[in-house]
Amino acid sequence: MTDLQTRSQSDVAETDVEAREAAAKAADYEHGWSSDIETEFAEKGLTEDTVRFISGKKNEPEWMLEWRLKAFRLWQTMEEPDWAKVGYPKIDYQDAYYYAAPKKKIELGSLDELDPEIKRIYDKLGIPLGEQEVLAGVKGAKKVAVDAVFDSVSVATSFREELLRAGVIFLSISEAIREYPDLVRKWLGRIVPVRDNYFAALNCAVFSDGTFVYVPEGVRCPMELSTYFRINAENTGQFERTLIIAEKGSYVSYLEGCTAPMRDENQLHAAVVELVAMDDAEIKYSTVQNWYPGNADGVGGIYNFVTKRALCQGDRSKVSWTQVETGSAVTWKYPSCVLNGEDSVGEFYSVAVTNNFQQADTGTKMIHNGKNSRSTIISKGISAGKSSNTYRGLVRVGPTASNVRNFTQCDSLLLGDQCGAHTVPYIEVKNPSAQIEHEATTSKISDEQLFYAMQRGLGEEEAVALIVNGFAKDVLKELPMEFAVEAQKLLAISLEGSVG
Amino acid sequence: MLEITNLHATVGGPDKPTPILKGLTLHVPAGEIHAIMGPNGAGKSTLANVLGGKPGYEVTAGSVTFNGQDLLALDPHERAAAGLFLGFQYPVEIPGVSNVQFLREALNSQRRQRGEEPLSGGEFLKLAKDKAALLQMDMDMLKRQVNVGFSGGEKKRAEMVQMGILNPAFAVLDETDSGLDIDALRIVGAGINSIMRSPDKAVLLITHYQRLLDVVRPDKVSVLADGRIVETGGPELALRLEAEGYDTVMADG
Ligand SMILES: Nc1ncnc2c1ncn2[C@@H]1O[C@H](COP(=O)(O)OP(=O)(O)O)[C@@H](O)[C@H]1O
Ligand SMILES: [Mg+2]
Repeated sequence: MTDLQTRSQSDVAETDVEAREAAAKAADYEHGWSSDIETEFAEKGLTEDTVRFISGKKNEPEWMLEWRLKAFRLWQTMEEPDWAKVGYPKIDYQDAYYYAAPKKKIELGSLDELDPEIKRIYDKLGIPLGEQEVLAGVKGAKKVAVDAVFDSVSVATSFREELLRAGVIFLSISEAIREYPDLVRKWLGRIVPVRDNYFAALNCAVFSDGTFVYVPEGVRCPMELSTYFRINAENTGQFERTLIIAEKGSYVSYLEGCTAPMRDENQLHAAVVELVAMDDAEIKYSTVQNWYPGNADGVGGIYNFVTKRALCQGDRSKVSWTQVETGSAVTWKYPSCVLNGEDSVGEFYSVAVTNNFQQADTGTKMIHNGKNSRSTIISKGISAGKSSNTYRGLVRVGPTASNVRNFTQCDSLLLGDQCGAHTVPYIEVKNPSAQIEHEATTSKISDEQLFYAMQRGLGEEEAVALIVNGFAKDVLKELPMEFAVEAQKLLAISLEGSVG
Repeated sequence: MLEITNLHATVGGPDKPTPILKGLTLHVPAGEIHAIMGPNGAGKSTLANVLGGKPGYEVTAGSVTFNGQDLLALDPHERAAAGLFLGFQYPVEIPGVSNVQFLREALNSQRRQRGEEPLSGGEFLKLAKDKAALLQMDMDMLKRQVNVGFSGGEKKRAEMVQMGILNPAFAVLDETDSGLDIDALRIVGAGINSIMRSPDKAVLLITHYQRLLDVVRPDKVSVLADGRIVETGGPELALRLEAEGYDTVMADG
């Protein structure tokens, strides 16, 4: 079940194109949501006017509008990648709204109207009622939950003040564009170029919002930064944009996502995340993603096409990507590190769960340009149902990068015999001093393990959860504590009903 | 306490079911330690698995009642919560899960099923320490992954620590003595006595060797051959088996 391939010659751009193909039903979801559109939105379709509308709505400076328009024109010349493996209908880009997310809300009168299945999962995750209402989009819930989360507005304020005192800038990207234009201009699109791939270009043209973090030289960010705080105050966009800049000797840990199953009326999600770390700087970027995966028959579900890249620009800089992916119908995602600095370090820790008809194609690229740069890749794929789970990873060592080291461990765990797991490593080494190690295993949860755990008193689902969490431990332990606990519960919930 | 009556069971699935237990009858009252001996392939481990409810083992006739309850109607974890413990002949590895985590979750799951309050982390650790000490097992072993990298003897000793923590009413111990050196055997035997010797508990002790029975003195000894109990007697039966072998003893009737 594991195909191991080593390609001596491969083009990153080509891999990108290969690795991204999306198509979505233009039709709305059929989840019994009542979605009334409250306020203004851009006309359906995507033209230069749409881009101008978005930029205007955000009061952006002229340079930003020009940047978006350039991206839009480029996007128009690009081909939507055609991924033969995925048999979904094409997305009609003209039959979608591009400025709707912050305004158009799915509103429920009360939690009673929520899909009982989702309600059950919220309860299982132990999410307080107030927060459930926000996640579900209950009318008028926002204020309640913000209060519940922050206890009071003053908590939020003191949180901001503490960051400010440390000199850390933590803002929405729209605010940052207005307030710190020089910083944003210097780095936006520098790590993931506009032309990088079709979805990145689209994101550049129409991104609605996202996060900006700047950590000045020598500063250790005094707390974990989480979009959680922001998500409760605003709806996440369909095209998110994140930029994190860590100056010399600084440190920041950023948490993205939410364990609750987030639903969104937008089927296509195409985020771009750019990170840059200067000399001796370290960025830890953790993601728990649980977009709606579609129902058990594979209907509905989010298509998640994300471009995430980190530039380890400085000597001894370090970036760690840790991700737990359980959601989305289709996931294409390759958080990558470009290791330019000498002695720079890139790490990728990933757990990807697929169940039912989900498809995940994720992995990483470690591009070694700096001498003595090192990378570690730990990928744990868990497949159940009729799903397909692929690890695709590139390790490239440039000709001048001497003494590079990489260690890659890819483990796949199968539940049942109708799912698939694939490991596709690409290794390109142009410097003979490199040491590259790759290990891959594929295993099944054995009946012996299940019976052993059940004989000790665990129910079947508890037993599966325990075994799966053990399998994923090397990744979960990289997550910040509070996230790790939630991620464990999430793994269990994602695999419910997959055995027996 | 446990009444097995005319039990028939097959393995191998519906396509090619192989009968292994062929009308096995055995009653074990509370307070009894009952040794089961018998040749390889007789069906001893099969009996343990059928009692535990392992998938793949099909009961085709007969009944098992446990404290008056139909044991065969319960799921494996419900049997555990009802007080049944299997000491496995080949304990299973669970990578990435520590013994402490495993046992705490298992115990609390049992307690939940019985409507009891779960133990806190502190309470559980105290209990685990006590039982590890009873089996003279280093607490560090319990912090390691379940059975991963354990020697054969360590696995068996760990099984008994598990039994101590879970504190079952009825234990089926499948060749718990195999793989143990002399000292370990004595420690494990003393552990079994300490945990299970009680008027309201009982043990099915599957073994090939008298040396375990010298430490854990059985009240009764039965011989299981070809899927049935063919002979039952007192402790002296085990001594005869050891001296003369199964063939002679069974031929004598
Ligand atoms: N899954 C199975 N499929 C077919 N035969 C089996 C299976 N498991 C056990 N057996 C057979 O059942 C018989 C009894 O096995 P077992 O109960 O393990 O014996 P014992 O523990 O007494 O040595 C043996 O002949 C063994 O080969
Ligand atoms: Mg056996």
